[in-house]
Amino acid sequence: MTTRGSRISLAVWSGLVLAFLWIPLVVIALYAFNASNIQGWPITHWSFRWFRVAWDSDARGALELSLKVGAVATGSALVLGTMAAAAVARFRFFGRESISFLLVLPLALPGIITGMALNSALFTVWGLAPSMWTIVIGHATFCVVLVYNNVVARLRRTSASLIEASQDLGADGWQTFRFVVWPVLSTALVAGGLLAFALSFDEVIVTTFTAGAQATLPIWILDNIRQGQQLPVINVVAFFVVAVTVIPVALAQRVMRDSGIIRRGAAKVTEAVEAAEIPAV
Amino acid sequence: MRRIRRRQAATAVVAAAIVAAFAVPAAAVKAAGSGLPTKIGKGEGSLNVIEWPYYTYKSFAKPFEQQTGCIIHRKDAGSSNEMFTLMHANGGGGGGQYDLVSASGDASLRLIYARDVQPVNIKLIPSWKNFLPAFKSPPHNTVKGVHYGVSVQWGPNTLIYNTKKVKPAPKNWSLIYSKKYKGKITVPNNPIQIADAALYLMQTKKSLGIKDPYELTQAQLTAATQLLIKQKPLLKRYWNYATDEITSFKNGDVWLGAGWPYQTLQLEAAKQPMKEIVPLPTTGWADTWMLAAKAPHPNCAYKWMRYVTTPKVEAMQALVFGETPVNPLACPIMNKMQKGSCVAYHLNEPASYYNKIKFWKTPVATCGWKPGNGCMDYNAWQQAWTKITG
Amino acid sequence: MAADAGALEAGPPIRRARLRLSGFLWRHPWLKALGLLSPPLAAFLILYIGSLAVLLISSFWTANAFTAAIEHTWTLANYRLIFSTAQPYLHIAGLTLEMAAAVTLTDAILAFPLAFFMARLAGRRTTAMLFVMVLLPLWSSYLVRIYAWQTILAHDGAINWALNGLGLPDQNLAYTNTAMWIVFSYVWLPFMVLPVYAALERIPDSYIEASEDLGARGSRTFRSVILPLALPGLVAGSIFTFALTLGDYITPLLVGGTSSTLIGNVVYENVASNTPLAAAFATIPLLIMGVYLLIARRLGAFEAL
Repeated sequence: MTTRGSRISLAVWSGLVLAFLWIPLVVIALYAFNASNIQGWPITHWSFRWFRVAWDSDARGALELSLKVGAVATGSALVLGTMAAAAVARFRFFGRESISFLLVLPLALPGIITGMALNSALFTVWGLAPSMWTIVIGHATFCVVLVYNNVVARLRRTSASLIEASQDLGADGWQTFRFVVWPVLSTALVAGGLLAFALSFDEVIVTTFTAGAQATLPIWILDNIRQGQQLPVINVVAFFVVAVTVIPVALAQRVMRDSGIIRRGAAKVTEAVEAAEIPAV
Repeated sequence: MRRIRRRQAATAVVAAAIVAAFAVPAAAVKAAGSGLPTKIGKGEGSLNVIEWPYYTYKSFAKPFEQQTGCIIHRKDAGSSNEMFTLMHANGGGGGGQYDLVSASGDASLRLIYARDVQPVNIKLIPSWKNFLPAFKSPPHNTVKGVHYGVSVQWGPNTLIYNTKKVKPAPKNWSLIYSKKYKGKITVPNNPIQIADAALYLMQTKKSLGIKDPYELTQAQLTAATQLLIKQKPLLKRYWNYATDEITSFKNGDVWLGAGWPYQTLQLEAAKQPMKEIVPLPTTGWADTWMLAAKAPHPNCAYKWMRYVTTPKVEAMQALVFGETPVNPLACPIMNKMQKGSCVAYHLNEPASYYNKIKFWKTPVATCGWKPGNGCMDYNAWQQAWTKITG
Repeated sequence: MAADAGALEAGPPIRRARLRLSGFLWRHPWLKALGLLSPPLAAFLILYIGSLAVLLISSFWTANAFTAAIEHTWTLANYRLIFSTAQPYLHIAGLTLEMAAAVTLTDAILAFPLAFFMARLAGRRTTAMLFVMVLLPLWSSYLVRIYAWQTILAHDGAINWALNGLGLPDQNLAYTNTAMWIVFSYVWLPFMVLPVYAALERIPDSYIEASEDLGARGSRTFRSVILPLALPGLVAGSIFTFALTLGDYITPLLVGGTSSTLIGNVVYENVASNTPLAAAFATIPLLIMGVYLLIARRLGAFEAL
């Protein structure tokens, strides 16, 4: 289908795009070793001192908070998103179509609007005090849709009769979930969860509206950009995070690959399953 | 008998009315004076502040925490607007969450009139009597003799220029309005910048009758806006953060612009060929630590206000942040920590110097220099600024 | 039925109870749907949609200029201000829309060939590596990446340094709308690659084979089979790029020039001191995204998110 020429040009284009994606990251890594306080070019003096400064600064606390918020928000999004997806994929009811529309709004609307809305809802209407939990609520609102969409897509591709078959064989709800539903959903959850965590980890606009005196990593970085006596530490922190994230992302990708989500022809497997569907009585 | 009873009833009613009439203003008076603490009690163990970044920096805040046991929790704000929102939210007065806010002059009056801050007993802050006279009871934090906070630091708006590219060296602000360095100029992205234009017009176009650059009539505001719109094609950009301006100067994108001593000192420390002048009269900013109306830890708050205005801490904060103390006793300490810093930050100037700096003040509808409400308020300024930058 | 009854009675009491519950829920699917849907939906509806509604209503009120208190006097003044031609707001909205469209188009052009290569041409190992390489930049903090671009595009920055090395003249890229366009396209690119990749990867080989069996050549197969099936992925990615550009205010602050104010900036400047005006202006991106989402749903993008 594809000629050799088009394969080569596609490969070249892909290489260029990836270079475009990664050159700024290389620049960031270089600046992590820049001795000067000011980000100028080219770099004349090199130093490790910003690593020490970053270690002593509030970056660790901010990183910890970001990880905690990300974990809780992703966890809630996984639970809530799966529940909503299960209801929508399996049942027909009034307003079913609008649910996907409503759930995508926090992600699709500009962050500043979501931030304003959540700020007035959480603090003015409900009178909550800003805390880690208000940040989590804000993040969960736009993370839910990422899990929801993945799970809905996966459920649409699997047959409902799998569950019927399991129950015909005597399994109760919990066993059906453990042996039938979970294996089918797991990779969809990993994919959705990964993207949700990434989004929550890097989110700054909604977070500024829902946080009190708590600083997540992006807020800490913004503070350093505003008042930059320690500006180069943001490069150190970004470099560190990317370096550390290679492993979990590669692992997650492997999980998805082994279960067929990143394999061409995954659709073939689903087709076969659907073809073998037990006709409903 | 009936007449006596009626008279007694009438007296009772009148007495009640008089008591009621006094109760209301009494409450107001209480807020204004009689409710002030006479001494600082025991620390509550915690202090929540809304601050400009680094205003409670560890190097000088840690000893405070160890001495008083008041552990500081910070919320960093990026703009005066943000500070105001945080203080005004959740029912106002800091929402019962925040104790102190380091408000600049363009936010402090708004906080006072919105009743988000409470008066402060200046007698509990011994360093106050040593302050430069200009900062003891400035109009942006003292209303009708009542202090709503204590001044902490300030800075002038300066003209920074690249000595290699801008020749001859500028002597006043006119260079940022002229075509000579078109495309190489920068000014701050802040509606209060309109006051700088108004100050310029105050000297160059006296027919407009501008008396106070923060109190402008519609016609005066329009004139200032027009000047800034004419300036826009001369600019490379509007800078938002101090670090931004530093990067722009270093990377050769701008040669000339309005800034603060902090930027100049950072550039000089990096061996860049930048210098600044303070062409008087100029605008400036001054920060006040204000006490939230519903502060949950007032004793810790007073302890901090007392601590941060002492000469040593003033010197440390000045050099960390890049601003000027209000306590001139900090001068020798500053020179010991960084040679020549007292002069570089303009701390040891005579009183006449400070009188020529027009410190930030929230624009309000009431004009101070003429009767009535003919002046433009902050919303009008914000809209004018959007017109300029849009 | 008798066999079922027998099955229900077997086993320890807990298991019997669970079976009975499963059976009950099976016979009353409405309850199950309600049980599954209520917590997330209720929390979501109350919190988010309600506060959006309140925001919309507040756009018809005014704010006291001094205390920023919202005064509940009904007025159209905010909308009159925004839609007035003497004011800059419509121009700002137009610029933002243009920028969002340009960024979306750019990202689609950049992402599609890469996604196609990853989904259909690369081997398993290569695809895995490319996938990680596309996803990792999302972890390096959007703020730090924008700040890096500020240095790259600067007058004495990396680009001019490279150009000078090649003997080419300096480019005046920093702090312009072009700079914003480059940076926006850069930061949102992974969000376009992933959905397009997922959509392309889902196309079964059998479709391609069938198309070839029917006599279509490469380009025809591409146009008639691959592109329509990839379209939901493209639209899904465009939701991200469009929406994120429409609401951003940080990129204009860091890399924008003198006429780079976007919708997000105006809302951000007014959100504290003049919330009704900010809310009124925020209805513009709200409406735009509402329409965009409806079209996207029609094109099947929601399944491809």
